[in-house]
Amino acid sequence: MSDFEPKIVAFVCNWCTYAGADLTGTSRIKYASNVKIIRFPCTGRIDFMLLLKAFANGADGIIVSGCHPNDCHYTSGNFHAKRRWIVFKELMDFMGIDMNRVTFSWVSAAEGAKWAVVVNTTVTRIRELGPYVSYKELVNKSVEEEVKNE
Amino acid sequence: MNSLNTRAKELLENKTAQVIIGYEEGPTGVVRPAFITDAAKADSLIYDERCVQNLAVYLTKQEVKRLGKMAIVATLPVMRSIMMLISEQQLFAENIVVLGISAEGKLLDVADNKVMQGYIEQSDLSNPAKYKELITNLNKLSPEEKFLYWQKELSKCIKCYACRQACPMCYCTRCSVEVNQPQWIPVQSNTHGNMEWHILRAMHLAGRCISCGECGRACPVGIPCHLLTMHLTDQVYNYFKVYAGTSEKMSSVLSTYEPNDKESFII
Repeated sequence: MSDFEPKIVAFVCNWCTYAGADLTGTSRIKYASNVKIIRFPCTGRIDFMLLLKAFANGADGIIVSGCHPNDCHYTSGNFHAKRRWIVFKELMDFMGIDMNRVTFSWVSAAEGAKWAVVVNTTVTRIRELGPYVSYKELVNKSVEEEVKNE
Repeated sequence: MNSLNTRAKELLENKTAQVIIGYEEGPTGVVRPAFITDAAKADSLIYDERCVQNLAVYLTKQEVKRLGKMAIVATLPVMRSIMMLISEQQLFAENIVVLGISAEGKLLDVADNKVMQGYIEQSDLSNPAKYKELITNLNKLSPEEKFLYWQKELSKCIKCYACRQACPMCYCTRCSVEVNQPQWIPVQSNTHGNMEWHILRAMHLAGRCISCGECGRACPVGIPCHLLTMHLTDQVYNYFKVYAGTSEKMSSVLSTYEPNDKESFII
């Protein structure tokens, strides 16, 4: 497992976490390079299906991050997102999809250092958990099923 | 159930309603939904323990709406569906007459929606006991076992979307599974795509599901998909202390928020 490099996808909001991650770079803070950042207009825009699609396309871990409560550029997007994640997490736990692989966080545009910590702790955790084999097997099995049905 | 027939006949004769949605005896000993427009045929309406289908699903169908003002034979889940449909502006409160049926199978006098709301509020709104037990048992499994259990169940799905069609809250004329730019849910049936569909369905019904269990009953291959939405009903109550379909004015849990919503997993 020593050569395992986790693939992490980060869904971040344009106004806080994306700017925060930018600050991490301009402040010359080093952090793990495993993360691929995808910029969204708001955390309220991050559909739960995107997380499933990320896992289906080979992500081992996911970070979802946006503005702190009361700091949303659109006033309430992150509050709506918070409710959605509460419910989504319960559904995933009920279905046995591993929510330890998903980090939810609030990172403001001024918290460059916090972003580095969020990424590093996530990468360390996913390194311990290893690749998300069971989900990848499910996807591969489903591709085979499709070929068989044709 | 003579009082039901008398009441239905009255409604049709004095033109309070143009169509009665209820149950009638089918040809093979099963009950089927009936749409009665003629007062002379009101006697064919029945209500007994076999009448479990949630009739509220017909309230949003164009073919039924076209018949005129609707009256509906309504058990508790149907009344809650009506409340949800009114709150989501799919139905006008003044356009519907409710023939309420109590848990004991007796005709209730539901004069208006205030009375209906009163009846709903004093009823037990949590999931039916037999489903509660199944959910508790599933929750005892380890994550790996749960994942395998749902894979096994969902591999049976043939993507007929009967769960969607049977659900009174799934009234969108253009569903996200029919969207193909991008293709959210694969058209063909495979375990992973089926799982995505059932997650999407459960999430779209979170805080809106009224625990009638119709999706599970409608499933031709016997997937207990109602447990997904019912589990979320439990959790929504747990976190936000609301049950769906209790008021004409409520907005669904995921389309609103409280600044002090509590969670423990966001760092």
